[in-house]
Formats: sequence, structure tokens, C-alpha cells
Amino acid sequence: MNRFSAFIIKEFRHLLRDFRTVIIIFGIPVIQLILFGYVINTDLKNVRIAILDLSHDEISTALTNKLLSSGYFKLDNEIQSESQIEPLFRKGKIKEVVVFEKDFGKNFLRTSNANLQIITDASDPNTASLLENYTQNIVLDFVKKSSEPNASLPITVEHRMFYNENLSSANMFVPGTIALILMLISALMTSVSITREKENRTMEVLLVSPLRPIQIILGKVIPYLLLAFIDALVIVGVGYFVFGVPVRGSVVLLFSICLLFILLALSIGITISTIARTQQVAMLISLAGLMLPTILLSGFIFPIENMPKILQWVSVLMPPRWFLLALKDVMLKGVGITYIWKEILIMLIMLATFIMISVKKFKIRLE
Amino acid sequence: MKTIIYIVQKEFLQISRNKFLSRAIILIPIIQMLVLVYAATFEMKNIKICFVDQDKSTSSVSLIEKFSASPFFKIEGLTDNIEEAKEKIARNEADVVCLIPPKFSHDLTTLKSANIQILLNSINASTAQLSLGYCNAVIMSFSGEIIPHQVMVGNIPPSIAVRTRHWYNPDLNYKIYMAPGILVILVTVIGWLMAGMNLVSEKETGTIEQLNVTPIKKYEFILGKLIPFLIIGLIDLAFGMAIAHFLFKMPIEGSLLTLFVFAAIYLVAVLGIGLLISTVSNTQQQVLFVSFFFVMVFILMSGLFTAVENMPGWGQKLDLINPAAYFIRVIRMVLLKGSGFADISKELISISVYAVIINALAIWRYRKTV
Repeated sequence: MNRFSAFIIKEFRHLLRDFRTVIIIFGIPVIQLILFGYVINTDLKNVRIAILDLSHDEISTALTNKLLSSGYFKLDNEIQSESQIEPLFRKGKIKEVVVFEKDFGKNFLRTSNANLQIITDASDPNTASLLENYTQNIVLDFVKKSSEPNASLPITVEHRMFYNENLSSANMFVPGTIALILMLISALMTSVSITREKENRTMEVLLVSPLRPIQIILGKVIPYLLLAFIDALVIVGVGYFVFGVPVRGSVVLLFSICLLFILLALSIGITISTIARTQQVAMLISLAGLMLPTILLSGFIFPIENMPKILQWVSVLMPPRWFLLALKDVMLKGVGITYIWKEILIMLIMLATFIMISVKKFKIRLE
Repeated sequence: MKTIIYIVQKEFLQISRNKFLSRAIILIPIIQMLVLVYAATFEMKNIKICFVDQDKSTSSVSLIEKFSASPFFKIEGLTDNIEEAKEKIARNEADVVCLIPPKFSHDLTTLKSANIQILLNSINASTAQLSLGYCNAVIMSFSGEIIPHQVMVGNIPPSIAVRTRHWYNPDLNYKIYMAPGILVILVTVIGWLMAGMNLVSEKETGTIEQLNVTPIKKYEFILGKLIPFLIIGLIDLAFGMAIAHFLFKMPIEGSLLTLFVFAAIYLVAVLGIGLLISTVSNTQQQVLFVSFFFVMVFILMSGLFTAVENMPGWGQKLDLINPAAYFIRVIRMVLLKGSGFADISKELISISVYAVIINALAIWRYRKTV
């Protein structure tokens, strides 16, 4: 046991000696949370628009003022003709043009049918459709207020946002960051560190030592397990105290799921290290096979439901997908184990599979 | 000049000998264009909606039909029990619940005003907002249709007919928006990692010392390392563009000359960063870790899937040193909107200054001594 703990201490020193490793372990989660929390923002506000007012009357001015005071739009330019739109779009200065037809106000009051045109720069389609929506709503509200209250549109829509009333994006990125970091530390770093011993031929030294192979692997893995767990705690804590991401479900269940995922990621890391001969190969397998899918195919940023069927099937094989589902359910919906037993079972099966593969592939003899 | 040509020759020879690298150069663009463009989508379709119809009238049925005709929605259940519908959200079986109250059609005909409730799973705030927008659009067009059926008493109220035109991408096709961005990721990752790994692997194998004792000048060495990867990067860009053009019908509105001039300068800047990291590192692992960190930050802040304009002021300032932000902006402008040199002149000057500074730094940091 003494030997074993000495080995673990050696591994810890090895790990924390290079400042770049420390940057990866503690820098990436912090930077990522800051970026997602403060920098990356999908809320639209102060979008630059241009107004083409061919009417210049009281009504069109009033509606323009209403649009600009909504907070969503900022006037970039008042243009005089339609030919000016194209250059502005091409320079990327504005995202939308609102066109009032000639005699807009007159038509509005007399014939009760005025025409308004919204032209969007749809090279960014989602922004374009959101802008259209906002503009339509403001126009609708304007029409409503300027007419009799009971002549308004017959159906009013009330909405309620479940689980995330403030529409904060933190509820997406905090769980996602946890998955990404746990994968990074437990799978990528572990696989590289074990392969490095192989590449440097120090694995042979370890194998002839009185430590048993299982102890060598455990000793390699335990420091990463601890660091990954600390990172998970830190991220959940920062999410809770800084970004107000709730932990609605049981904390014990939450960290049990994290632990299960760490073990799963570690078993993947060990499996990779038994296959890869060089650090470079281990890195490439981890990056292409683990990090990319964790970001793309897990539902971290992009919803899986919108992907083509083939990719949806591929994502079924991705451990982070199941982890994220379970994690979000427990953190944000506050559901108990009865709702997530399927995800847990899938992760347990994956864990067993990877442990079996790595035990089979692990070589204690020299090649 | 001759020395540079020899180094370039040597590099190409090495790359063509390295089976792994030469395969990666061909396979990475294919895989990236196929997987990333399809995976990286915020395009909303098949929003799972569950109806709680407590009215069961012709009006409520025709409203539901209206939803089922929309390409954005997929009906995931029809019930009269609100708890059952909420349970569906909890189990991720529905994203949206539309509650039609008992007196809906009665209110519509007698009071001319009825109420509908929309409940959304908003864990993903941006998709929830878009879903709500689509719900509103369907309901709005439904109410527009039933107005004529109602008897209007007295004056006709004023109204405004709103028409929308989406320029450059009338179908709001998300792939057309994403593909140019993915091309930027493609050339960035390939250029950066190849340049970074190449120099440091010469350090690891010790061959750099042999190069150091030759009379090659520092700038010749850096240029010789830069040019091969610049050529490969541009070829990969053309390759990726061809895939995107034929597979996703990505338009190429602007001039290719504009795009490739900008791409070349951009690549010089990115390769310079790779070489710079490589000169200050000793092992490939260190290069990888440092690169991973920076590439992640650069890509997240580049405006690839969230508009740079939405970022806070200091974030936008930080983007001044993010080369990917310039290229993402420019490639979308040129490919989708047909912007020319005059439209992108500011970005062109910025990236050129950037490229010169970074490479000067790389040359200065590169030490021929051990």
C-alpha cells in the first residue's frame, strides 16, 4: 500500500509540474465559463437597421420611433431609395431595412390598409427570422394601440418558459462545460500520459517494479479522477453562485452521475492508450473521436433533434450525450433517478464494455 | 531565395512521405464538410408540440391542423390533461405544449377575443425563443384567417400589411450560413496544427540542430516552413468550397480572387501563430495543449454561430486579435453577399498588419542556438 501511495504521489507531481497541464485543467473551464457567460450571447439588442421612409408622415415617424425605442434596433442610416440597400448589406453594416410605402399614413387612416416591408440580410438566417418576428410584433402592437381595444387580433397568446424563466443561456453551457472538461481530463490527458510512458520506454521500468499492473493503471488514473472531480465541483459551484444555475435535484445524485461519467471517460482513455503506440496517435484519436463529438454530437451547443438521422444515430454511441441528458434533468428539472435510469444504465453498459476491452488489450509483456 | 525553394521542396517531400499526414490533408476537409455542416445547425424543424385541447371545437381542431401543416412542428400528442402534457416536457417527449382552454371557440365568437397558452421547455433559451416565434406566426396567420368570418361592426379598424423579404437566403437555409464558417475552421485547424506540430517535431527528433548549423537565415527558415502549408491550406479551402458548392448549393456570389487573396493573408497569420507557439514549446504535447486552448477561444468568439455584434464591448475589442473573427465575417460577405475588395478593405488591412506582426514575432523568437 505504501508503494502504491508513493506511486500516486509521483504521478501527481508529474502532472502538476508542467504549467501547460495546469492551464488546461483549471484554465479551460474558467475561460470557457467566462466566454459563454459574458461574451457569447444570442440575445439580440441594438441591431443596426436602416429605415426607408417614402412617406415621411406622422404615422410612419411614430412607428419608426416605436421600433427604435424597443431596444432591439438601432438606427444606422435613413436611406432615400431602394438602391442604397444593397451596398449597406454588402458592407455588413445593417441587418434589416424597414420600408414604408408612399402615402403610408394616408393609407393607414383612410383605406385602412397600409403596406410595410421588412427586408432582412438573411445570410444569417436565424437572426433574420428573429428580427422579422420582433418587427412584426412591434408593428402589431402599434396597430392594436392605435385602434379600438376590442378590434385587436382575436387571439392573444400567453407563454410560459419552463425550467429557465429568464431564458439564461447558462443552463446550457454550464452542463456542457462539465461534460467537455471531464472528457478532456479523464480521457484525453489520461490516454496521453499512459502512452507517454510507453513511448519513453518508462512503462517497462514500471512493469518490472513490484507494483502489479492493476496498481500501475489505478495509480495513473486516480490523480486524474480527483482533478476531474474537483473541476466538476468548481464548475457546478461557479454555475450556481455566479450564473445562478440551479441544482434542483439531489446533489448526491448529481455528483454520482459525474463520478460515473468520469469513470466511463477514464475507461475510454485507458482503452485508447492500449491501442495507440505514440502520443500523437493517442491525441488524434482523443481529439477527433472524443472532443469533437462531445462538442458537436452531444447536444451541448446544437440540438440533436435537428440533425440528419445518420448523425442522430451516431450520437447515440456518444457517452456525453447520455451524461448531458441525465445531468440537465437532475440539475434543471429536478427529477429523480426514476426519470434517468435509462441514461445511467446506458453509461454503465458502456463502462463495462470499455473496461473489458482494455483488460483484454493491456499488454504486460514487451513487444 | 534559392534556399527557401529548397526548404519548401524538402517539406513537400516529407509531407508526401508521411502517410498519415497526406491522408489527413484529403480526408479532413471531406469529413468536416460532411459532419460539421450537418451537425452544427440551429435550424429549427420538427419542434415537438403537444396539444391540450380542452375545447374540442371546430376552431380548436382547425388551429391544430394549421400547426400540423407547418414544416416546423411535429405533433407529439393530443390530450385534455395538462398534467400529462407537462409530464411529456419533463420526459423530453415534447418541447412545446399548446393549451387551448375550454371556452376557446365560445370566446372567439362571442367576445371576439380568446386566449391560448404556450408552455415551452426553455433549457436551451435560443431554441425556445425561436419555437415561440414560430408558434406566434402560426397563431397569427390563423387569427388572420378567421377575422373575415366575424361580423365587423362600424368602422373597419386600421391595419398594416407586413411583407417580409429575406435577401441572400430566401429559404432561411442554415447550411448556407454555416458552410462558409466551417471552411474557416477547416483551414484554421489544418494550417495551425500542421505548422505547429511540424517545427516542434523537428525539435523532438533533433533534426532541427542540423538545420541550425546550416547557413539558412532565420527568415528564410520560417518562410520555408510557411509556404508549403500555405499552399496546402489554399488547396484544402478550394476543395472544401467545391464540396459545399455542389453538396449544399452554397452560393459563390463574390469574386474568388478576393476570397483567395484574403484567405492567403489569413493563412499566413494563422501559420505564424502555429510557428510561434512551436518555437516556444519543446514537445508536441505542449503545442497541442496550448493550441487547443487558443483555437477553442478563437472559434467560440469568432461569430461562427453567435453574432459578434451581440457580444459586450470588451468582447468585441478582444476580437480585434482574433484572426478567425475577421475571416468568418469576410468569407460570409464575399460568398453569400458578393462583397468586393472595397467592402472588405478594413478587414483586409487589419489581417495584413496582423500577419506581418505575428510572423515577425515568430522569426524573432526562433533561436538558432541550443
